[in-house]
Amino acid sequence: MALSSVLQSESADFSFNIDRSFSFGCGFGQTDLGFGAAPGDRLNFAIKASLGPDDKDGPERKIEFLHGTTTLAFKFQHGVIVAVDSRATAGAYIASQTVKKVIEINPYLLGTMAGGAADCSFWERLLARQCRVYELRNKERISVAAASKLLANMVYQYKGMGLSMGTMVCGWDKRGPGLYYVDSEGNRVCGDLFAVGSGSMYAYGVVDSGLRQDLSVEEACELGRRAIYQATYRDAYSGGQVNLYHVHSEGWTRVSQEDVLKLHHQYQEPKK
Amino acid sequence: MGWIEILDRAEVVTDKHHIRGSTGGGEIRRAPNLVPLRITCLPNDQDKMFKLSDKILLLCVGEAGDTVQFAEYIQKNIQLYKMRNGYELSPKAAANFTRKNLADYLRSRTPYHVNLLLAGFDETDGPGLYYMDHLSALAKAPFAAHGYGAYLTLSILDRYYRPDLTRDEAVDLLKKCIEELNKRFILNLPSFSVRLIDKEGIHDLEKLMPVGAK
Repeated sequence: MALSSVLQSESADFSFNIDRSFSFGCGFGQTDLGFGAAPGDRLNFAIKASLGPDDKDGPERKIEFLHGTTTLAFKFQHGVIVAVDSRATAGAYIASQTVKKVIEINPYLLGTMAGGAADCSFWERLLARQCRVYELRNKERISVAAASKLLANMVYQYKGMGLSMGTMVCGWDKRGPGLYYVDSEGNRVCGDLFAVGSGSMYAYGVVDSGLRQDLSVEEACELGRRAIYQATYRDAYSGGQVNLYHVHSEGWTRVSQEDVLKLHHQYQEPKK
Repeated sequence: MGWIEILDRAEVVTDKHHIRGSTGGGEIRRAPNLVPLRITCLPNDQDKMFKLSDKILLLCVGEAGDTVQFAEYIQKNIQLYKMRNGYELSPKAAANFTRKNLADYLRSRTPYHVNLLLAGFDETDGPGLYYMDHLSALAKAPFAAHGYGAYLTLSILDRYYRPDLTRDEAVDLLKKCIEELNKRFILNLPSFSVRLIDKEGIHDLEKLMPVGAK
């Protein structure tokens, strides 16, 4: 489900050749920029994104698309709110504005994506498989703590080998709402509020000042939405749309998807 | 008489801080409740103290991931020993077992970068505190500390520690150390969890929260 939507062309075509340098499609009758390429051409310009020190040329280079991102999740009395942006960047280039950064592991577990897109979506899909096996073996749903521990143990084996993943595992189990932060460094932490990505600090500011335990569902959704919007306002690497999910006792529901520009007008309008 | 273990941990990139002291017949351990991530900290109540058995606690700080994985590995093995043999490992034996494991992994492809304090109460030997670092050095000590916090607190422990401290005096000594950290240490460590080990087992004492900077 989520993996295929990442791979399909609803998001940007990530499969360009990375060893080709930046090139314009200059040909007879075409513009300088190459956007006037003949129909049927794939977008095939590649960018030698400068990534970190000591990177060598060639396919060994790590392309980290989603480190520039803002994802957040917090618990409140009616469950867990998960809010993410949808921008993918390759260096200073915006590769896509429509990336799905929330991975639907199963009908009651969600995982967010920050870091390398491939790492996140692959490992969370593998986690989905492990969760299903657990369900079949034990005849009961897996708890959020166990699911996050499975993921943490899986990526721990690859620690130091270049995985880049900062994810939040959110769900509802018999202990109530569950929220764990798991990353490729080996951290696995339970908590009530997390924000991950380059825009996380901006998001923390908004959520920390607006979070109360007695929020209604509407208010909590609006808080999550506003926090992501504020992060996209300040962080160049976050933007696109705000995807909002709510995890409750029956599972997760996709609440809304709103373009950040639309939110901008909505929030800034009354101030004029 | 009481063993005092003061353990605090703050991490900037990979710096960690551990303080531990033990005096007399019980052990008091302290560990700050935050998980640092680059320049922010993740708010949570993650416990850095791992209960190896009824009377043994392991404080484990260091590299993210390595700490939990190594500590849980040791924890499960100690419990397995109990299941197989019907009795528990003594704190001294547990410390040596832990050290051996750490040493075995040290020259492998995947060494565990963790600093440890192991505290336990033995029926015959009384309380014991063992300091272990990431290079697998093991030392039994009356009090101990890991990390930058050690620079600030070891001297306080040197000055005021006596082998015959009462429990309340021991907690006061801990408070002195925390106040010093609060005053001089660059990182803000908002709360510390404290545990005491004596012949009855492991007891949770109330959390210490240093108030304001002087």
